[in-house]
Amino acid sequence: MAAQSNGNPAEPFIKIPNIKFTKLFINGQFVDSVSGKTFETIDPRTEEVITRIAEGGKEDVDLAVKAARDAFDSGSWPRLPGCERRRIMLKFADLIEENTEELAALDAIDGGKLFHFAKTTDIPSAADTFRYYAGAADKIHGETLKMSRELQAYTLREPIGVVGHITPWNFPAQMFSAKVGPSLAAGCTMVVKPAEQTCLSALFYAHLSKLAGIPDGVINVIAGYGHTAGAAISSHMDIDKVSFTGSTAVGRLIMQAAAMSNLKPVSLELGGKSPVLIFEDADVDKAVDLALLGTLFNKASEFSSFGFNHVYIKYFLAFWPNSKLLNFLTFFQGEICVAGSRVFVQEGIYEEFVKKLAEGVKSWVVGDPFDPDVRQGPQVDKKQYERVLSYIEHGKREGATLLAGGKPCDRKGYYIEPTIFADVRDDMIIAKEEIFGPVMSVFKFKTMDEAIKRANATEYGLAAGIVTNDLNIANTVSRSIRAGVVWINCYFAFDRDLPYGGYKLSGFGRDFGMDALDKYLQVKAVATPIHNSPWL
Amino acid sequence: MAVESNGSSVCFGSKLPDIKFTKLFINGEFVDALSGKTFETIDPRTGEVIARIAEGDAEDVDLAVKAARNAFDHGPWPRLPGSNRRRIMLKFADLVEQNIEELAALDAIDAGKLFSMGKAIDIPSVVNTLQYYAGAADKIHGKMLKMSRELQGYTLREPIGVVGHITPWNYPSNMFFMKASPALAAGCTMVIKPAEQTPLSALYYAHLSKLAGVPDGVINVITGFGPTAGAAISSHMDIDKVSFTGSTEVGRLVMQAAAASNLKPVSLELGGKSPLLIFNDANVDTAARLAFLGVFSNKGELCVASSRVLVQEGIYDELVEKLAKKAKAWVVGDPFDPSSCQGPQVDKNQYDKILSYIEHGKREGATLLIGGKPCGEKGYYIEPTIFTNVMDNMLIAQDEIFGPVMSLMKFKTIDEGIKRANATRYGLAAGIVTKDLNVANTVSRSIRAGVVWINCYVAFDTDCPYGGYKMSGFGRELGLETLDQYLQVKAVVTPIYDSPWL
Repeated sequence: MAAQSNGNPAEPFIKIPNIKFTKLFINGQFVDSVSGKTFETIDPRTEEVITRIAEGGKEDVDLAVKAARDAFDSGSWPRLPGCERRRIMLKFADLIEENTEELAALDAIDGGKLFHFAKTTDIPSAADTFRYYAGAADKIHGETLKMSRELQAYTLREPIGVVGHITPWNFPAQMFSAKVGPSLAAGCTMVVKPAEQTCLSALFYAHLSKLAGIPDGVINVIAGYGHTAGAAISSHMDIDKVSFTGSTAVGRLIMQAAAMSNLKPVSLELGGKSPVLIFEDADVDKAVDLALLGTLFNKASEFSSFGFNHVYIKYFLAFWPNSKLLNFLTFFQGEICVAGSRVFVQEGIYEEFVKKLAEGVKSWVVGDPFDPDVRQGPQVDKKQYERVLSYIEHGKREGATLLAGGKPCDRKGYYIEPTIFADVRDDMIIAKEEIFGPVMSVFKFKTMDEAIKRANATEYGLAAGIVTNDLNIANTVSRSIRAGVVWINCYFAFDRDLPYGGYKLSGFGRDFGMDALDKYLQVKAVATPIHNSPWL
Repeated sequence: MAVESNGSSVCFGSKLPDIKFTKLFINGEFVDALSGKTFETIDPRTGEVIARIAEGDAEDVDLAVKAARNAFDHGPWPRLPGSNRRRIMLKFADLVEQNIEELAALDAIDAGKLFSMGKAIDIPSVVNTLQYYAGAADKIHGKMLKMSRELQGYTLREPIGVVGHITPWNYPSNMFFMKASPALAAGCTMVIKPAEQTPLSALYYAHLSKLAGVPDGVINVITGFGPTAGAAISSHMDIDKVSFTGSTEVGRLVMQAAAASNLKPVSLELGGKSPLLIFNDANVDTAARLAFLGVFSNKGELCVASSRVLVQEGIYDELVEKLAKKAKAWVVGDPFDPSSCQGPQVDKNQYDKILSYIEHGKREGATLLIGGKPCGEKGYYIEPTIFTNVMDNMLIAQDEIFGPVMSLMKFKTIDEGIKRANATRYGLAAGIVTKDLNVANTVSRSIRAGVVWINCYVAFDTDCPYGGYKMSGFGRELGLETLDQYLQVKAVVTPIYDSPWL
């Protein structure tokens, strides 16, 4: 890995990798797009071009689907014993781990992700996700059924076929592994379209998959835009299933395209406006830490969520006691679908909480993601940066109290100060819409019932946090919130065995856990008469 | 075939039912449509009007959803212990059982279904379905998760909320309960739109649900048409899930409406063009019986109909002969006549569509072995029709006909049989007739379809999930799989301290 400045200012923190893969990966080969077109991928730290990437369009998707279809219909992958798929997936995981540093650097320059988090958490956790599903590949069971007459019947779980994966830019490593892992284990073949902002690591994974021995055509990666390549995937007549993570608006287009084409089943992991409920009995310092983690964790959040290994635990355990981790809940760029962007605080501790929050956020360092002291990197691109700033202006105009931040940072790149609004009302725009940036809204509530009601008064239902030591409150509130994941006295506590996904407009289907495997499997029931069986 | 007029109360010794329920069922009450509009439901035996039914539209759906929403958000049903829901569902099943004769008669006059079958099989199987899911209501389990650090994690399975069910006319009773029962067990509340051709039994079930103690607002039934009431359900912002059984083209509209509104998850059980593969070693009588059962039962109005019969060349001629003979003994007639094997098609639309496919088959050059015409002096009766020498590219080999039309094709090798069986955009069901275990295993694994019946056909069972591959839809009906469609997975995590193990 040779150092390369990419036009950046001096790089004191880490060597920037050479960009090795910039073409589409189809049928085991890196190829130019049929049109010959390319697009720029930008370094959000500097707003400068990292490199040009082949721009896949409809005809490239067609080629990729053809390769995947052949690999599914006539190739070895779905026909291998599960233990063989497991072996190859374990090798894939090892190769990812061997290239952790380079992969982390790619996500840092491409997605503005904190390098040290990516290195210690994101990439190792992606490798572990492949290992988790590798271990599931030889444990895909049907059931023997209890029929009501002289019939023998059982179910087979069969791979669903060619899968289209459309992934977002906020957690390139986790999203790739969360979608590719279970579908590989199931025996599917696939076309992956990473977000146009963050293609670099996906192309690197494609390269590693080939080295690991995954047959040609099983994983195809098409870099490109949503309205061209993404639309071609969701409306393709020969893709059997689409899995999408991203915005609710785009999720809607995908489901419509699926309905209009071949009625392929869809799973959607979409936006959120997740509440964190902090009750009076909570330790205020810990609550402040969790709130900051939950919202600001945008760029920071990525790492801790899925990766959760050493760094994560260190952050939580080490920072919690002395409450330095203030900003964890919301900030860290806030580019996370489960961001705890609505923080409800019970009135008895509201003033203290707000005061400590304002102090805590001061220690939140915004800066280059390669700098190990930094908690929050730049927003992923100019569009996102401007969108977040416009929401901040909305908040000011609507009369919320600006407790901290509220402007861009005084430096080059898409950096925004961690921003906290207090005294936010439920009907303000910043309380209702997903901002996807380091903006926390703090609300006051009186009773538990009121908090539950207000927490549920959203069209989304992805995640929720509860801070309390009272077992009865924890039980009542966790049951009452309509959301797919509830974290009690923790946040971003993702885990490979933990399914997560949305209620309401946050989508449907689950990623991670054994639940995710089901999305890539068909249920086939087989029945035959039995004669002279000693029992039914 | 003696067809009696609607005014008479007895037909072939069976009492024709009085029509007691003709209004919408909203929040536990039978009410007129807000518009005051009604529509005719027709007896397919005669083409005459049975009754006028309240015609629900978007504003009636709104009221029904409001009732269901209240019942879900504040009512007892989702908050009851599962064992209490079980108790009420068992009571519901008992009440259905006590009214078997009347319910079977309603489906016979409304859908032209054989009364004897309704009495002996369809309605009793409804009772069975309700009892099956009643027994599941107190066995809805989450999982304890194996977290990778000091965290305790578990999943809860929670009812998904307000469900919209849109059901077809071919099995009015079975479809009603395949959808309502698991949703009830899960703790959901619901709005059900039965097909406009067959609203009568659905309204009767609504009445029985109230008698059984299902709380007001939990089950609402809106009779009406797809483009109005059905569209209002699929695009409703306050319905959390839609379950649809019907045609692929309408399934597409339902999914689009769901996407354009609140992105509600959808499950679709759609059309089919299911193959029945008969191998040389098969018993010819068994094969002929299954081919008949697969495509002529319920007058071919069967989503899993084995409308493509692929026969290995060694047994082809013998089978054709057997089928021709069998067809002669197949009696088409009034569904109340105990000697009838096949009643009328459900309505004029369907009747015309089937006849036009038959004309296509003739024009395309398939050999008409038997049937091919309407029969009876009035009503929508069609002869059981068999085409031989059908080519894969003919329209009758590709489209779902949904009527008593069998297409016979010849094949040589297993591989060819598999390939041609899979050469369809559908993937709902398949049949295999063979005594050879290796053939059965290879073929059952190779066919891309949701149900494979070996040496049997239409062998539905409460514990056996069925549903589509490819354009036959997604999601499953029956079995415990179906419960999942009405449940959300919620994961709950909290740190653990000083646990002796993880």
